[in-house]
Amino acid sequence: MIVADRKQIPELRDMIKDFDRVLLVGCGTCVTVCLSGGEREVGIIGSALRMSLKLIGRGDTVVDECTIERQCDDAFIDALAERVQEYDAVISFGCGVGVQALAERFPKTPMFPGLNTQFMGLLESQGVWAEKCAGCGRCRLGEFMGLCPIARCSKQIFNGPCGGSHDGKCEVNDDINCVWQEIIDRARELGMLDKLEELAQPQDWSTYRDGGPRKVVREDQCIAGMGPDAEEGVQ
Amino acid sequence: MSTKVGSNLERVLSEGKFAVTAEVGPPRGPDPQEVIKKAESVKGIADAFNVTDNQTAVVRMSSIAASKILLDAGLEPVMQMVCRDRNRIAMQSDLLGAHSLGLRNCLCLSGDHQVAGAGGKLHGHPNSKNVYDIDSIQLLSVMRGLRDDALQQGGDSIEPAAPFFIGAAWSPLATPIDFRTIRLAKKINAGADFIQTQAVYDLEGFREAMKRAEDAGLTEKVAILPGVILPRSAGMLKYMNAHVPGIEVPQELIDRMTSAPDKEARWEEGFKIAVELINGIKEIPGVKGIHVQAIEAEHLLPELVERAGLLPRP
Repeated sequence: MIVADRKQIPELRDMIKDFDRVLLVGCGTCVTVCLSGGEREVGIIGSALRMSLKLIGRGDTVVDECTIERQCDDAFIDALAERVQEYDAVISFGCGVGVQALAERFPKTPMFPGLNTQFMGLLESQGVWAEKCAGCGRCRLGEFMGLCPIARCSKQIFNGPCGGSHDGKCEVNDDINCVWQEIIDRARELGMLDKLEELAQPQDWSTYRDGGPRKVVREDQCIAGMGPDAEEGVQ
Repeated sequence: MSTKVGSNLERVLSEGKFAVTAEVGPPRGPDPQEVIKKAESVKGIADAFNVTDNQTAVVRMSSIAASKILLDAGLEPVMQMVCRDRNRIAMQSDLLGAHSLGLRNCLCLSGDHQVAGAGGKLHGHPNSKNVYDIDSIQLLSVMRGLRDDALQQGGDSIEPAAPFFIGAAWSPLATPIDFRTIRLAKKINAGADFIQTQAVYDLEGFREAMKRAEDAGLTEKVAILPGVILPRSAGMLKYMNAHVPGIEVPQELIDRMTSAPDKEARWEEGFKIAVELINGIKEIPGVKGIHVQAIEAEHLLPELVERAGLLPRP
């Protein structure tokens, strides 16, 4: 899932302090699961924001809340269309995808991010989420025993571990496990240590952000005349 | 070992002589005189001098520029290149530029993570973006391509080739310790001609690591130069023992530094320890030289090398 973290109330307050009517929009998917931008969190943040605005003499600002099922899906965003007209600004508590989906759908409404979107990851233990996938577009997990050095090594080293690995921890800090220690342990367990003796080749980053903003195009799924190669106006 | 690039370090090693390299850290400012001063203080004590590349992620004069200043002052540099700050385009461009300036030795490293720059008294740049387009072992193979195949990593040819005497680091006592031999082998397979190691204080542990390398047939394929850092206080040894991965300092050495009554006695003890380490390391089969460091105190290196009986240099 996409993991996001909360922003501080003063930052949110300063984003909207010049508007009179603000709608906070939660999202019922990933950010609900990671307890940052679902209905419950948006309710709590709404109350805190109203109090915070009051303290700076902006207590008359209307701050309302609502949550939709998925901010990354037009079908659900449509349900917001009428309501959004009633407000001067919106704070989206979706991930960065949700914020942009709303911004594109509502071009006349100032749109602000309610969260800091972090990564694609997993719940590691109660209250702790960890990054697992960098979305590099060219998955090499098969080379690394199913554990990703791009997402999980502080130096994205393909032929690790570097000299900073110590007792299973990363040189950056002891809260970070050295993924190379984990890769090696797992290789040994699987009897596949010899696979790590081969030089892992440089990554082709052209499928990552380095190739420019990415699109996945599935010709077999495109509707005739509406695919990426369709001429302007044919639709 | 046949000579490939004609560097002095390569010559000394190919003649089977015990090599000495020393480390020279570039200044945090732009003054060439600082480099020249350091160069003059260590001239003649080593066969080549490593010039660090923004070590501990603190911005310093570039390794290439400082290496060129050393070269002009009559010292042979080993420029260092880390993977943290440049992508493969910048790395290869800098390697070609370095070669054009006459630099012939290069040590490839991952580089300390940028958070390290804020670890001490300095601010560093912990908020910077790191690059790590390729890793240090991939960099070795890129350098071999520039040298042996006259090819850039992307496949474009260069004319003429850019031959370097290629170095890599080895931290034999860092965990996971049994994988360190495999990683050394990967570095050799990728193109390393010589190896400089993390500082050795645990002679016994290092001897065992060298035995593992020897058993894997690695000591015949590459020249290993173990690192020795001149200890100057018990605090320095304790710090390295606790905070520098791959450095294990036996308590006995810390006790010896602690029991020295004053600064003079401490320095004397530091020299004694370093000389003992060098002598002990020299006896280990497979060792081809020594890499000496005196962090931020390069002026002490001549005395160390002299006391270790490593002068004059060939």
